[in-house]
Amino acid sequence: MIDRSFIGHEFAPVTAEVEKGRLRFFAKATGNADPVYSDEAAAAAAGYPSLPAPPTFLFCLEMDRDDPMDFLDLLKVDLGRVLHGEQSFTYRAPVCAGDRITFRSRITDIYDKKNGALEFIVMDTECRNEKGEHVADMRRSIVVRNG
Amino acid sequence: MTDIATAAPGTEIGRITADRITRHMLALYCGASGDHNPIHVDIDFAKAAGMPDVFAHGMLSMAFLGRLVTKLAPQTALRGFGARFTSITQLGSEITCVAKLVERFEEAGEKRARLELVAMDQKGDVKLMGDAVVALA
Repeated sequence: MIDRSFIGHEFAPVTAEVEKGRLRFFAKATGNADPVYSDEAAAAAAGYPSLPAPPTFLFCLEMDRDDPMDFLDLLKVDLGRVLHGEQSFTYRAPVCAGDRITFRSRITDIYDKKNGALEFIVMDTECRNEKGEHVADMRRSIVVRNG
Repeated sequence: MTDIATAAPGTEIGRITADRITRHMLALYCGASGDHNPIHVDIDFAKAAGMPDVFAHGMLSMAFLGRLVTKLAPQTALRGFGARFTSITQLGSEITCVAKLVERFEEAGEKRARLELVAMDQKGDVKLMGDAVVALA
């Protein structure tokens, strides 16, 4: 069982830059042919200062560091036993290429189902740009298969 | 935005079908997304973890849902987006994303609409259930 005393644990903030090349690669990998996400002229015509980060990209950007699953080591959870259960985003301001986003994450819940066969870790992440603007919030729920 | 602004609640307002999921697609998504969990690209790791084979990132299908949402409304109108991953998406799956209008309402001083989102494979097995809230022009 995961130590419930980690509920409330805050992680050190991480910062990553939204890069144009990465956004184009992401558009290709997800089959997104909408030129707004890969062509700067199309993005400008749509009113964006540069290529916009698509709806799920902040989740990816947060993983842009040495060991994005390091929280599993802290919780003593094996990477091979985790599945993504739920993911949500609340958007407050657009995020575009060139923005530097700082992510502050904390564990907001740990609970189990089926007599501990499945455990759930809930993490909330606040996202702010380099100007300190609160651009988005993310919540992810991770399922641990103990069976 | 016409459809979202005028459609009756419960009406389907859009769908897309993504390319069939291949190992190559998962390798590209691994690199582009930064999600380097080997369970999605390394069959040896997947088998050692008790899975029959590698399987798709849930967030890949959520990105497909995101494509559908931003086809229906500009991303600047997107206020919220969430999904629950209900079952594992296997190699060879062709994911179809469907959006239905749930309701139009007012919140935070603007008119908004809530969409119900589903991603399913070619057999109709539901992989993701989600929702999105968009501001109406």
